[in-house]
Amino acid sequence: MKHIKHDLDKMKNEGMENVPMEERRQFLKMGLAITGLFAGGTIFSAMSVMDKVFASSDDFTAQYPYKPHYGMIIFQNRCVDCERCVAACGETNHVPKEAYRTRVLSKEMPDAVGIVKREFTPVLCNHCNIPQCTRVCPTKATYKDPTNGIVMMNINKCIGCLTCQEACPYNASYFNEEKHAVDKCNFCFDTRLSKGEKLTACAAACPATCRVFGDLSDKGSDLFKAVHQLERPVWVLRPEAGTKPNVFYTKDTSPVAFK
Amino acid sequence: MANGAETAELTLNHLESLVTTRLKSGSMGYYALLLLCGLLVLAAAAAGIHAMVAGHEKFYNVTREIPWGILICTYVFFVVTSTGLCLISSIGHVFGNQDFMPIAKRSVFLSIATILSGFFVIAFEIKIPWRMAIYNVISPNLTSNIWWMGTLYGIYLAFMFAEYVFLLLDKHKPAVFCGFSGSVAGIAAHSNLGAVFGLLMGREFWHGPYMPIYFIASAMMTGCSVIILFHILGYKVNNEEMSAPMKNSLRVTSKVGVLLISVILFFTAWKMLSGIAGHPAGKYEAVMALLNGPFALNFWVGELGLGMLFPLAMFLGSKGKNLKMMFIGSLAMIIGIFVMRYDLVVVGQIVPVYHELGVNEYKHLLTYTPSLYESIIALGGFGITGFLFLLGEKLFAGHKVEEQHH
Repeated sequence: MKHIKHDLDKMKNEGMENVPMEERRQFLKMGLAITGLFAGGTIFSAMSVMDKVFASSDDFTAQYPYKPHYGMIIFQNRCVDCERCVAACGETNHVPKEAYRTRVLSKEMPDAVGIVKREFTPVLCNHCNIPQCTRVCPTKATYKDPTNGIVMMNINKCIGCLTCQEACPYNASYFNEEKHAVDKCNFCFDTRLSKGEKLTACAAACPATCRVFGDLSDKGSDLFKAVHQLERPVWVLRPEAGTKPNVFYTKDTSPVAFK
Repeated sequence: MANGAETAELTLNHLESLVTTRLKSGSMGYYALLLLCGLLVLAAAAAGIHAMVAGHEKFYNVTREIPWGILICTYVFFVVTSTGLCLISSIGHVFGNQDFMPIAKRSVFLSIATILSGFFVIAFEIKIPWRMAIYNVISPNLTSNIWWMGTLYGIYLAFMFAEYVFLLLDKHKPAVFCGFSGSVAGIAAHSNLGAVFGLLMGREFWHGPYMPIYFIASAMMTGCSVIILFHILGYKVNNEEMSAPMKNSLRVTSKVGVLLISVILFFTAWKMLSGIAGHPAGKYEAVMALLNGPFALNFWVGELGLGMLFPLAMFLGSKGKNLKMMFIGSLAMIIGIFVMRYDLVVVGQIVPVYHELGVNEYKHLLTYTPSLYESIIALGGFGITGFLFLLGEKLFAGHKVEEQHH
């Protein structure tokens, strides 16, 4: 410690005037991110925001156990509820009309001057690292793929007890009457990824790049970079359920890269 | 060989005539009730098979958000009852308390009847039951409470069945062995059923160690009421006067009933208080739905009034001797306990998983009302218990045990 102090003492004061504007902004943003002004809706206590920012602190810094370790980050403020993701998912994965594998939830939020804004939350299976649906399934019909970590269904083994539906903190499973089995999001593994596509149907269909899909074990991927940064808070839904989800949420203020 | 066959034939003939005489001895009311129960079972089977063939979603009111409805409630009710019957009756013939000896046979018989009712109902609740028969065996998931519950209840049924046969043959030692093994399997199975609910992290109303413990205590409470009700009914069906040891047995059972009602009252009080103190997220809304919301009538009148306070007063007032009061008390208790099971299952699901997000879609509590088909199948479960009880009374001539132990 002494040594470091000594070094600091030796350093020359560059003066505030020499700090570039960009650097100042970055510093401010980081401060805001940590105190949670960016965390939208949960600024009531600094503690809860800290929780949210580091909701999955273990995941945040952990080694990702699968290769590829599929995941998704959702830029919540980019979503305009066009529901093209829902339509693309339904079409690609033959989801019956009355059902869904992904959907967009909405919320009205009045701001300080009383103007009501709408916020959208796309939800889907979180492909949790500690999935409850696979633990409760009596016949291993729902299972976590040992290679890529996707929570998948073997429809031939499903007895339709629906315990997975009870266990899921995200309401991600539903009973598909056409398949006579529970059905859920599998990141389009059978319909797209296994055929060489790089994106899920929902991510590909989104006009606002709201859903960023990718491989968390690849440090160069957009997904990894979006999850591992300190500028924007990153959170998961229902962290208290302890399932360590692989679907993350964030908000950004930079101009949206429309396709 | 020829001699042996002859003897067997004679025995069979003898048995046949014995059974026919016994079955023919019923009154008109008896046959009417038997017919009614049989029709209920047939209607339930027809409804269940129709729903299975034409698609459950058309006939059941369960949804993606509330996947477990009245059929799960009824299943839980019957397996709770069966476990309770097994445990209370085992106090006598397994653990040797003489006071409980006279109720052993009928209670074991009823525990088989009620578990069969439970299996009947669950067969129509599970969407693809035949896959269960295959993959529960070849692809078991040992972390799944449902798997353990199913497997252990299978073992339990086998032990209870064997126990009843040994009781019939008056083979005390193997009966005790099977009774003890059945009790162990029953407790393991039943606490696993509690854990099916209790180990779900995302369902705050259920989550925690409370459920497996509560399930065992409430099973024993249910056992007491069912034993009292069906023993009084059994003597009515056979038109016989209750013997002194049997009366004493029911008196002691009602005492145990008082104790267990008190235990469950205590459990319920703390469950409710822990649900409102500090407004725990997810749990508070569910508990308030019971205390002061859409389930308030169920809770205050059904669970607390009919299920616990009224029978408590009746059992205490009867001093264990007034059979009429005990009968009314235990009948009210059984109705109340059914409401308890309904609330336990449904209220655990009414708070949407995304409720805390405050989104428009899940701002409000969810609702569920049983459909006609679901109700018919649930009634069919009661039909099975009723039918087997009535049949058993005649077939096994009132399940007499007193003489065997004197």
